[in-house]
Amino acid sequence: MSAALKTVSAGPGVTLQDAGRHGYLRYGVTAAGPMDRLAMATANRAVGAAPGATAIEVSLGGIELVAEGATLPLAIVGGAFDVSIDGHKLPPAVRLALTPGARLRIRAGADGAWCYVAVGGRIDVPPVLGSNATHTRSSLGGIDGRALATGDVLPVVDIGPCEGGAAGLTAPWLARSDDPIRMILGPQDDYFSREQIERFCRERWTISHRSDRMAYFLEGPQIAPANGLNIVSDGIVMGAIQVLGDGRPMVLMADRQVTGGYPKIATVIGPDQGRLAQMRPGSSVRFATTAIEQAVAARRAERAILDAAIEAVPLVRHPSDDVLLESNLISGVTAGSGNVDAD
Amino acid sequence: MASVGEPIFLDAGEAALVVEFGRTVDPAAHNRVLSLDAAMAACELPGVVELVPTIRSLMIHYDPLVIDRTALVDAVRNIETAAADTRPVRRWTIPCCYDPTFGEDITQVADQLGMTPERVVALHSGATYRAYMYGFLPGFCYLGGLPKELTVSRRVTIRPPHPSGTIMIGAGMGLITTFAMPTGWWLIGRTPERMFSLAREQTFLAAVGDEIKFEPIDLEAFHALDRRAERGEVVATVTALP
Repeated sequence: MSAALKTVSAGPGVTLQDAGRHGYLRYGVTAAGPMDRLAMATANRAVGAAPGATAIEVSLGGIELVAEGATLPLAIVGGAFDVSIDGHKLPPAVRLALTPGARLRIRAGADGAWCYVAVGGRIDVPPVLGSNATHTRSSLGGIDGRALATGDVLPVVDIGPCEGGAAGLTAPWLARSDDPIRMILGPQDDYFSREQIERFCRERWTISHRSDRMAYFLEGPQIAPANGLNIVSDGIVMGAIQVLGDGRPMVLMADRQVTGGYPKIATVIGPDQGRLAQMRPGSSVRFATTAIEQAVAARRAERAILDAAIEAVPLVRHPSDDVLLESNLISGVTAGSGNVDAD
Repeated sequence: MASVGEPIFLDAGEAALVVEFGRTVDPAAHNRVLSLDAAMAACELPGVVELVPTIRSLMIHYDPLVIDRTALVDAVRNIETAAADTRPVRRWTIPCCYDPTFGEDITQVADQLGMTPERVVALHSGATYRAYMYGFLPGFCYLGGLPKELTVSRRVTIRPPHPSGTIMIGAGMGLITTFAMPTGWWLIGRTPERMFSLAREQTFLAAVGDEIKFEPIDLEAFHALDRRAERGEVVATVTALP
């Protein structure tokens, strides 16, 4: 029997993603890719895969998986989700060997909106335009261009070694700060008055429940562009903060359309996009302007993190209950130290 | 060079630079977008990741750890100054059925414009368009060159999804669609051609900058061509321009 990961159940919005479908923006094709690039890269690195290798992006809807045909090395990294195998709790950032018959269950936990299941090996589904990234709006990538569903079988090939039992992953960079999300003004900040830009940065915004992989809508005051509601459509990047005709801002995320005709007041810097993505609907968020130099420095720090090995600490079964524990783990996952995003 | 002034450099974050040639729909600005796009593609500047031509600007995605903004802007200025003018090198003739079965808004459009539906068809199929940009969804092709007589404002409300292949007008432009989507534009016909098809070696047909014309066909011809297109055949015709 060939090896596979099988979906026992999947909530809405769980998709296969990789580094994205690049090179086709000029034909209207959205790159898609992970909502939290750093978390997916960390998961992949923990099982020896390339940072942009195909992985499962788990939404707040959660997922249950079983291995078929072989024991599969997996890493789970992202928000603080509730992770368990056959009812035994695991830490939210973990590397494990999933044996056939064991049931891995991932559910929304204390914090965070997305987590990633990376495989030591390769999820072998047919790429579309060179990528497995799922973009459901155009039905491209993943499994038939759709979210994962109960009964989906993901063939896994080139399976890597399973390194012992479960191990907690030390990834302090994924303990995201509550600092304002940093953004670079433009490309249409001149459509807004200085007072409007100041107000945008002063306000505490709430992430709307309408938010999804395409956009995070911001609830708060109206920031109607002073110089007209429409522009001639131009390109849109992930992180673009577009203000609609009614003055409501939205941050365009991984599944955004490639062009748009509303003015964009600013762009969330790359290294803060994952931090924003992990905020759940109902969370409050603030924004602050930064300079390109700061954004590039944060990118450089992120690159250094991914170039280094990821520390894995073996877990031990706590004698009194079913929780697998490891002494450094809690501080490693939840402490606010070592935040690479700090200015 | 076209005389629309120096480009303006705008930042879309720390990894994308927008080179803007104008703020309106202007063929001269689009020409310069195409010239710079071609010149940038030819010189393969290290750190440049992807180029996205739109109606009035070129978006340059770059890796700021490879090339910094200042160096990129300097390079773009030099490349832009030296870039040769481009003009369309090929024309696609795309079959379009204007029968009210598909062009379900054609009477309404004609009424708004105070002309007959036949006149709408004659104007739409008589014009020569240019693929200005792709956007919204894969293969959604925005067309410049819509005759001024066909300028209609958008619908007041968004209508339910149109079929794929619907030909629409609105916002002073033409549009060829590829997916069924709700829209605020007006449906005037439908093409059996697929501007985007994964079932075909040539996934996308026209490049940004190509000329586009529509050839009226009747319902019978539509269904015959649609069957051929479904099998992966290209049913539009392409000619090289002198």
